[in-house]
Amino acid sequence: MKVFEKTKMLTDVPMHYCPGCTHGIVHRLVAESIEELGLQDNCIGIAPVGCAVFAYDYFNCDMQEAAHGRAPAVATGIKRCLPDRTVFVYQGDGDLASIGMAETVHAAARGEHITIIFINNSIYGMTGGQMAPTTLIGQKATTCQSGRDPAVNGYPIRICELLATLDAPYYIERVSTQDVKHVLAAKKAIKKALRFQAEGRGYSFVEVLVSCPTNWHMRPVEALRFMGEECTKTFPLGVFRDKSEGKE
Amino acid sequence: MIRILLAGQGGQGVLSAGRFLAESGLHEGKEVSYLPAYGPEMRGGTANCSVIISDEEIASPLCNEPDVLIALNAPSFHKFAPRVKSGGIIIVNGSISDSFAGRDDVRVYDVPANDLAIEAGDVRSANMIALGVLVEETGLVRKQSIVNCLQEKFAAKPHVLDCNRSAFEAGLAFVKK
Amino acid sequence: MSKILLHGTEAICEGAIRNGCRAFFGYPITPQNEVPEYMSVKMPQVGGTFVQAESEVAAINMVYGAAGAGVRAMTSSSSPGVSLKQEGISYIACARIPCVVVNIMRAGPGLGGILPAQGDYFQATKGGGHGDYHLIVLAPSSVQEACDFTYRAFDLADKYRVPAMILADGMIGQLMEPVELPPMRDLSDIPEKPWATSGHYGKDRRVLNSLLIKPEVLEPHVNELQKTYEQIQANECRAETLLTEDAEVVLTAYGTVARICKSAALTLRKMGVKAGWIRPVTVFPFPAQTYADVAAQGSVKAFLDVELSLGQMVEDVRLAVDGRKPVAFYGRTGGNVPDEKEIVEAALKALEANK
Repeated sequence: MKVFEKTKMLTDVPMHYCPGCTHGIVHRLVAESIEELGLQDNCIGIAPVGCAVFAYDYFNCDMQEAAHGRAPAVATGIKRCLPDRTVFVYQGDGDLASIGMAETVHAAARGEHITIIFINNSIYGMTGGQMAPTTLIGQKATTCQSGRDPAVNGYPIRICELLATLDAPYYIERVSTQDVKHVLAAKKAIKKALRFQAEGRGYSFVEVLVSCPTNWHMRPVEALRFMGEECTKTFPLGVFRDKSEGKE
Repeated sequence: MIRILLAGQGGQGVLSAGRFLAESGLHEGKEVSYLPAYGPEMRGGTANCSVIISDEEIASPLCNEPDVLIALNAPSFHKFAPRVKSGGIIIVNGSISDSFAGRDDVRVYDVPANDLAIEAGDVRSANMIALGVLVEETGLVRKQSIVNCLQEKFAAKPHVLDCNRSAFEAGLAFVKK
Repeated sequence: MSKILLHGTEAICEGAIRNGCRAFFGYPITPQNEVPEYMSVKMPQVGGTFVQAESEVAAINMVYGAAGAGVRAMTSSSSPGVSLKQEGISYIACARIPCVVVNIMRAGPGLGGILPAQGDYFQATKGGGHGDYHLIVLAPSSVQEACDFTYRAFDLADKYRVPAMILADGMIGQLMEPVELPPMRDLSDIPEKPWATSGHYGKDRRVLNSLLIKPEVLEPHVNELQKTYEQIQANECRAETLLTEDAEVVLTAYGTVARICKSAALTLRKMGVKAGWIRPVTVFPFPAQTYADVAAQGSVKAFLDVELSLGQMVEDVRLAVDGRKPVAFYGRTGGNVPDEKEIVEAALKALEANK
């Protein structure tokens, strides 16, 4: 009896993520979804700059590593030329919501037939805990050491809400990895997003809240609790667009 | 090698006259180049282009010292007349410009291009009047080559073709008089 | 096939399309707007892709994606826009993705002006972005060459897996001249790209990447790139010369300025001055040997390098001449183009100073 099998869409390369980080979970959700949908043979992924920069070592399909923030443009180039392939983009908050904001918004506005998985851990992880565009008010970071002050640092950006002002996106949802129940819901959303792309429906976007115990300076369990209790206040979970269900 | 500078106001057809000239030269198997001015020179509604027609390879595409100047308005006449090569030709639109070049080493054709164009059917074909004068005077390209260009360009607009053709012929006739 | 009258920008597009370019990504900037305009019409007609990107930065990254997926892809811009593309070009060079970038140079620095210039020579030939890399850089001086060089750029880029650049100036962009168009290349005739990320799984999967974080991996990779540039240097140098055999003064320039210099050289000959002319066709690789050979001639008293800049290519000329003969310089900037007379005078002066 087979109880569990690791998806073949992930390589056997050991992941470099810190203990307690939920990036690895999201990798697995994406990989499982691709495999379950049978898309693995015609799939191209785009890795970002940031914590997930080595994603090209983990996903067991063709990968392109993009410059910081440029992944949606790279994906546009691929998908426009090879419209029958599945093209997915994996980006963090600094990459997607700061340096790559133009690419993010315009790929969405054009309704590129790509799937973007957006990892929001409200911090710059790879570079050592600097403030992100998604850092919560009052949250400490190495470049706002007494906590994010709106008067100095402005407010966090809600990407799902922002993209939902555009006409083109087909599907936008925010999910979380705070507990098993939410992880299962996240899997559902990610799989749906990829399925919509495979069905030729258009642009799909899933924001996943992820914990960063290392740079939040918390124990893993505490970080998950923080995600569920605090992050979701600024970044409420939910479906912001689903044209398949008439949600505009 | 003949270097022609065509200049005037935007809308006077300076650039299209230049293109007809270049196209005609090309069809006759000559070397040609066509360089429209762009940028600050285009501001204030002025337009100019340089056309070179040659039997040999054209090295520099510039027309700083043209052999021929076609000036369709007064400002371009005064701006470019001093640059024309000694022994060169100036065709100036006498309907809206004076024709005093202040030099006697060039031949100045004072052509009432606007008036002749109105007679031919449309003031906007003053460029073709000037082109007619140029072709009749220099034999630079064959008349039929220009007519062929017009027919190709205005195939879908018979009225525009007629106006331009009549204007071109009026330009040819102006020299013969 | 008969010749047709084309703009330089159109010729660039036709050269690209006829050699299999099926993806174009661009952003408006004067004086090259005719390129994206033309491509927006033509690409769909040949089953290709056109996207007006949100920025030059996005455009070059779309090229990264498309060319990385194995499609012949191109982007075009003018100086300030090409500066923005440098990030992407550096990544592309490292990931070894062949593609073509067109720079119709305008006057700089900064926003500068929109008239012709050659101030981007250093940027184009010495790397441009961060890190140790080069592009293959071709400098057309006529509309026919704008077409032919763009055509060739795709083959060179593919052959070496090195991005290629068409380095032209605003004059080439606006100039119309007769062009004989090459025939349309059969796409099946273009060699396979065994590295292209067009959708593979498992052990067949391919990765295009410019992150080589281990020094013991990055150094060999950069050395490998360097080896490729040396091969390019050995195989692909091109230059044109005229009347150098007995020349006393040798005029040199690239692009459209080379044509004005050619006129100046011919005028000098008519005046009884033994003038010669060298025009690099490739500015990377720089045809140094051509200069070295001419410099070794006893007849040569001086070189004159002419540019629409305050002296960039002149450094390569001086390196090539290697002190054997003096190299004078004459440059104009701001969008001004020197006429034949100015160049003749500068050549006479250079000759006089070194008699």
